[in-house]
Amino acid sequence: MAILNNNPQLNKHGELQHLLTIEGLKKAHIDHILDTASSFVGISDREVKKVPLMRGKSVFNLFFENSTRTRTTFEIASKRLSADVINLNIQASSTTKGESLLDTIDNLAAMHADMFVVRHSQSGAPYMIAQHLNRTRSDVHVVNAGDGRHAHPTQGLLDMYTIRHYKKDFTNLRVAIVGDILHSRVARSDIHALTTLGVPEVRAIGPHTLLPGGLEQMGVRTFTNMDEGLKDVDVIIMLRLQNERMSGALLPSAQEYFKSYGLTPERLALAKPDAIVMHPGPMNRGVEIDSAVADGAQAVILPQVTFGIAVRMAVMSILAGTHA
Amino acid sequence: MNIQIKNGRVIDPANGVDAVQDLFIADGRIVAGGAGFKADQVIDANGLVVAPGLVDLSARLREPGYEYKATLESELQAAMQGGVTSLVCPPDTDPVLDEPGLVEMLKHRARIVDAANVHPLGALTVGLKGQALTEMAELTEAGCIGFAQAEEPVLDTTVLLRAMQYAKTFGYTVWLRPQDPHIGRGGVAHSGPLASRLGLSGVPVMSETIALHTIFELMRASGARVHLCRISSAAGLELIRAAKKEGLPVTADVGVHYLHMTDADIGFFDSNARLTPPLRSARDRDAIRAALVDGTVDAVCSDHTPVDDDEKLLPFGEASPGATGLELLLALTLKWVQEQQGATATLSQAIAKVTIEAARIAGLPAGTLGVGAAADVVLFDPDARWTVESRALASQGKHTPFLGYELAGQVQATIVRGRVAYSRTGQR
Repeated sequence: MAILNNNPQLNKHGELQHLLTIEGLKKAHIDHILDTASSFVGISDREVKKVPLMRGKSVFNLFFENSTRTRTTFEIASKRLSADVINLNIQASSTTKGESLLDTIDNLAAMHADMFVVRHSQSGAPYMIAQHLNRTRSDVHVVNAGDGRHAHPTQGLLDMYTIRHYKKDFTNLRVAIVGDILHSRVARSDIHALTTLGVPEVRAIGPHTLLPGGLEQMGVRTFTNMDEGLKDVDVIIMLRLQNERMSGALLPSAQEYFKSYGLTPERLALAKPDAIVMHPGPMNRGVEIDSAVADGAQAVILPQVTFGIAVRMAVMSILAGTHA
Repeated sequence: MNIQIKNGRVIDPANGVDAVQDLFIADGRIVAGGAGFKADQVIDANGLVVAPGLVDLSARLREPGYEYKATLESELQAAMQGGVTSLVCPPDTDPVLDEPGLVEMLKHRARIVDAANVHPLGALTVGLKGQALTEMAELTEAGCIGFAQAEEPVLDTTVLLRAMQYAKTFGYTVWLRPQDPHIGRGGVAHSGPLASRLGLSGVPVMSETIALHTIFELMRASGARVHLCRISSAAGLELIRAAKKEGLPVTADVGVHYLHMTDADIGFFDSNARLTPPLRSARDRDAIRAALVDGTVDAVCSDHTPVDDDEKLLPFGEASPGATGLELLLALTLKWVQEQQGATATLSQAIAKVTIEAARIAGLPAGTLGVGAAADVVLFDPDARWTVESRALASQGKHTPFLGYELAGQVQATIVRGRVAYSRTGQR
């Protein structure tokens, strides 16, 4: 009986106002972002690694949860677009003084922020911020840089950019996502992106304790046997296993996990010969991935990082309306 | 003060009445009327339904301890606006209602406000900690009508068994919301495709069913009478159906939100739809509706829980659970009847779920318009439409997933113990 709320990430013309999730985006939205990103890839190779597209704009990196890596890539992407970047490590400042999340947002918006890049440990937190801004300051944009277990859309998009770069066509691929799907926002964003782009077979591989219910409804085939799951796949996306989950009620030990789900050269051989291996980083060598694979010819883990800058530049410039 | 209510459609399920007739009140009680009756006040109820005042099996008044969320005055005024004349309040206040003095104070404060009748549940264990039994006899003397753990499950099953045996000794009812202490702990949404998609931690249905199995075994061992609160799942209802068939002394209620909403109403992380237990699937919602008709569920309550902005305007998982409900109970119950396909439940049956059936569970002499009963009466216009919005609500709790909905069924007047305590056109 829901009153259907408008999707808060789209404006009334169906254009991206914020980037909160890949779910619900049209293929055309994703294609546009990936095409724009490819026009930015070359910039990083130039002597002057800057374009003036966001000159005079202020991008606030609001990280309510620690992440040096993602914050750095957003910072670099902003700077290459000539935007001013302000990094705020929020758990260390206002919220510990009792200021509410929305008060923090109002304050920063009053400093004439043009864009917030938000990382938060709670699923849906960037929605609350975007919905609040839609009511109060509709000229400010939000990019979700990872919220709880929910979404990490720029990671999903850079993964798609990487797959497109190496595989060209999505419509004949088998893609396997391996590991802790239950807690992974990367997995969720990848799944939505892959199914939207027409990948016919998306697989999730992991023990029952790390596979959430309802994956089938998202168009995913689940496997608990790694060897079966990897058979004839074109793309393998390995997920990071968080330290705190390596031993406890979900898994007995990192060693046993590696034995059952670690990506070794022998297992990689079960995939197609030209399969690529991806990882959102940071990697746990010897836990989810063998060094021989991580450093091997089929790994595209470092190109992912490079493409990630271009994809984030594309997202920010499209939201800011400076890249039609 | 003698009152005559004229021309209304009197619906009194306790006495099998559904007819246009007059209702007479004298000295705070329902009387037969007749030739000798001289009215001081005549109320024309033409076009209105005249029913027993609603009996709400769960309304949090937030006193003592949480007055910043709501006060007795604001919430009892909300009760009047919602036509609720008797309400049961759970013991999860601060301090917890585990001492007779606290209960007496609450009853005393409620008497001064002089609106709805307030019937507290005492804590089943001291501090709701699940370790030591409370002085149930003393608490009953102070005014408690039963004993509950509110939202705190008892970790030690031995303590729960002892508490039920002790309650049985004196014939007290134990009110329990079935939830496993471990499974689903910390969860914020129904375990299902939606929670998986949104990345919200889940509360599986088995949290409810495992607890029900435990409770039924303890009932068989202790013989205690149990009222089950806020049933949320089809599987849970199936177990209750079987337990009732077996003859266990058990009753059950559901929160009125669960008659209408499902986890899909969380939409884009709407924290107003963060409830405990979580809104479940459409299949569960439909099973709840069917269980009301077949009697597996005895009563509907508002599960009124005022939450202030600071605790609601937060990311979904951090927001406090709960919704305002006293002023929506009637309209949402009517909505259920209106939406019945094939008219399996009548208006009278629906009213019974929020009046006489609830009163029976709580052991209260309320929910009836029989001669001699306390004159707790609600007059409502079943067709009047109103929009759920902050300023329409008297409660300090303004958060509800029904915000912005247009509902039919508006209270025109509420009479408590023979006194017109609320009139929509008159006082405000």
